Amino acid sequence: MGYSTGSYARSDFGATLLTGRRARRRPVSWMAVAAAVVSLFALLPLGFVIFSAFQAGWPTVVELVFRPRVGELLTNTIFLMLLTVPLTAVLATALAWLTERSDLPGVRIWSWLAVAPLAVPAFVHSYAWVTLIPGMHGLFAGVFISVIAYFPFLYLPISAALRRLDPALEDAASSLGLSPARVFLRVVLPQLRLALCGGGLLVALHLLAEYGLYGFIRFDTFTTAIIDQFQSTFNGAAANMLAGVLVSCCLVLLTMEMLIRGQERYARVGSGAARQQPRIRLGRMTLPCLVLPLVVALVSLGVPILTVGRWLIAGGADVWRLDEIGLALGQTLVLALLGGLVATVAAIPMAWISIRAPGWLQRILEGTNYVAGSLPGVVVALALVTVAIRVVPPLYQTLFTIVVAYGLMFLPRALISLRASIAQAPVELERAAGNLGRPPLRALWATTIRLSAPGAAAGMALSALGIMNELTATQMLAPNGTRTLAMAFWNYSGEIDYAAAAPYAAIMVAMSLPLTWLLYVQSKKMAGR
Amino acid sequence: MSLLELHGLKKTYGPVTALAGVDLSVASGSRTAIVGPSGCGKTTLLRLIAGFETPDSGSIVLDGKPLANGAGAVPAHLRGIGLVAQDGALFPHLSIAENIGFGLGRHAAGRNERITELAYTVGLDSALLKRRPHQLSGGQQQRVALARALAMRPRLILLDEPFSALDTGLRASMRKAVAELLETAGIATVLVTHDQAEALSFADQVAVMREGSFSQVGTPRELYLKPRDRMVAEFLGEALVLPAMIVDGFAETTLGRLPLDGSGERPALARVMLRPEQVMLEIRPATEAADPQAGALYGEVVESEFAGATSTVAVRLINSPDSPEAAAIANTPLVLRKSGIEAPAVGEIVRIRTIGTAHVLAAG
Repeated sequence: MGYSTGSYARSDFGATLLTGRRARRRPVSWMAVAAAVVSLFALLPLGFVIFSAFQAGWPTVVELVFRPRVGELLTNTIFLMLLTVPLTAVLATALAWLTERSDLPGVRIWSWLAVAPLAVPAFVHSYAWVTLIPGMHGLFAGVFISVIAYFPFLYLPISAALRRLDPALEDAASSLGLSPARVFLRVVLPQLRLALCGGGLLVALHLLAEYGLYGFIRFDTFTTAIIDQFQSTFNGAAANMLAGVLVSCCLVLLTMEMLIRGQERYARVGSGAARQQPRIRLGRMTLPCLVLPLVVALVSLGVPILTVGRWLIAGGADVWRLDEIGLALGQTLVLALLGGLVATVAAIPMAWISIRAPGWLQRILEGTNYVAGSLPGVVVALALVTVAIRVVPPLYQTLFTIVVAYGLMFLPRALISLRASIAQAPVELERAAGNLGRPPLRALWATTIRLSAPGAAAGMALSALGIMNELTATQMLAPNGTRTLAMAFWNYSGEIDYAAAAPYAAIMVAMSLPLTWLLYVQSKKMAGR
Repeated sequence: MSLLELHGLKKTYGPVTALAGVDLSVASGSRTAIVGPSGCGKTTLLRLIAGFETPDSGSIVLDGKPLANGAGAVPAHLRGIGLVAQDGALFPHLSIAENIGFGLGRHAAGRNERITELAYTVGLDSALLKRRPHQLSGGQQQRVALARALAMRPRLILLDEPFSALDTGLRASMRKAVAELLETAGIATVLVTHDQAEALSFADQVAVMREGSFSQVGTPRELYLKPRDRMVAEFLGEALVLPAMIVDGFAETTLGRLPLDGSGERPALARVMLRPEQVMLEIRPATEAADPQAGALYGEVVESEFAGATSTVAVRLINSPDSPEAAAIANTPLVLRKSGIEAPAVGEIVRIRTIGTAHVLAAG
């Protein structure tokens, strides 16, 4: 998972706030070297895919790629995306409109409930539905669970965009004779394009990368197929080729999003602060409109909570094997904190450059990072497995490798928070500290780093949240004997011991909730509230 | 003939009263300016006329048709009233041509011709039509916003501080151009602004607004020279407000005996107003003040601050007529803004003359 690859990652807080002036030459160049090294590391998975294709040779590639199984997986993936992304977009837009622009009673609660499903890992959503309706499987089950698991990724940017829209535009359109419905279609919707594209891309990338959700309902995607392949033949060419196709799908998505997004500008033209929008009175439509957020909350939060609760009650005190749970919790926390720390530290040079020294280098590094950050965890894991085994065998299945994998996967997430907070620490402060006699690095420490510490902590927390619920890469890379909460949950439910799996699901949700709240608050702040 | 009639418009937001009963009549083809400090309710009034909000009570009638009567109201998109907002509010996702043609049907006959014609009317180069709003300067954006509103052929256009975002020089020329254009087209205009000079130079009818109601409505000249009270007087420009005794149609003040405008019942004690440009300073030798001619008034310049075209001069009166009410302020210098070239220097003695008439202000 990475919330980061969406539109937030590209929002140019820095570029607009600061000019391209270089503060001091030395720190810039050191930071540039560090950022370049991190970016090279980030390109490792992409390099691996290309390398393995070359190594296998053209005939093998053709043989392994152009076969019915790949066609089947591709069809599954395409249908999954074609159905899920538009449905998610419609649902998220409707919810965002109701919570941001209407006088629906309890909007604050509904808007929090529309983000809260993020606290439930996708595979727990799946577990909840499968144990509720055992017959659920196949494409439609996949679409249904994907929509409820991932719609917050679109809800967040769309509601932020709606909040930032200049109401004067809507006033102008209605003074030109457009009815409210046509104002929405011709003025509001086009302005949501960036948010829709970014959020839609994020959802689509998750659909490609997710393993657990589709594992439960026996719906085959490239990711599930790669892991099956990996578990049966370990590090075979077949898995690598599937990874190649998966990466191609990602690149196609990135390109498509770039084309649809276009080069247009959607910022407010003119100066001054926008007036706050009036909320539209629903009147007699209030009750029917309440049904939507209510049903969504029931389906996306009620069902997981009820199911997990039911299994906890069914399991009684026996399922709380405290020694085992404590061990898993401890291991998860260590991995999450280490991974979060690595991701944040690795993000510092890039964040610093993008704010303090924007230019061609920063654009290249950012682009690299953008592509690398959108690669599925399974590809990152496969690449690291291969590199570890071929180049440095002692590193295979060590803490070091898994932490590097986490760092690569969650760097974009850490980057957004860091970048936003560095942008809020004006370079003038750093200069003032220098003026008052601090040497450059101490000036940096005393001003920018101190001021951006809360952002860094938020970035680390969000990365840790992702790592805690990560299953794919953990399964493939973690040292022998590792059993994180997600792994324990997955193993128990794989053995159809749903009751034993329930405590792990409950702990994961409980630990994710505060961090999801953080994400919610952060998104409100970014939109200026 | 009256195009727009407002009667007793009231609007409150919770405990805050935005409009406390507003009446206004706008003749067709005329220009009205509503001027007041920020927060006085002028934008609320504009939004009620446009139909973005409904009044709590009162009525709005356009061309004989009721637009709002208490809570019942015609929605904004059916009113046919044009609007030019503060910074243009151009649609950032559309080209200039699409912005201008936004209200025209997308397949309307002669659409492109009409867009070109409108661009020409507002003085936009047709090469700009393919551009995007953010590629245009502030003045050009305002022209587009105006063309976009004109496309609907409204009989009334509302201007919501449309010139305030422009540079000083551009603001004046833009204001003049817009006034001429709307005059030619015969479109009535209601301009909302906090800039008194803009209101006075733009409109035939000015309404000074304060705390949700109009303090005074009239022609610019009337308001400037005959303001009802001190607030209106000081809002529309610099004013010398002097306590005076009214005797036989003249005002006895620290500046001597001043003729009064108009006639009618007047209190014996009142405050009168002079505009600073009615006070003339003439540099005289110091000896003359020591032995003043009868009726002549002298002063000493105690401060002179040069600021380019204008200078601020403070003059302390030397031989103010000794009326009891005036004695208290006799030592307070008169502060006048004068042309930078003829401003006297500190220490110089000036003879003070007044021209025109003083105006009696209502108490309060």
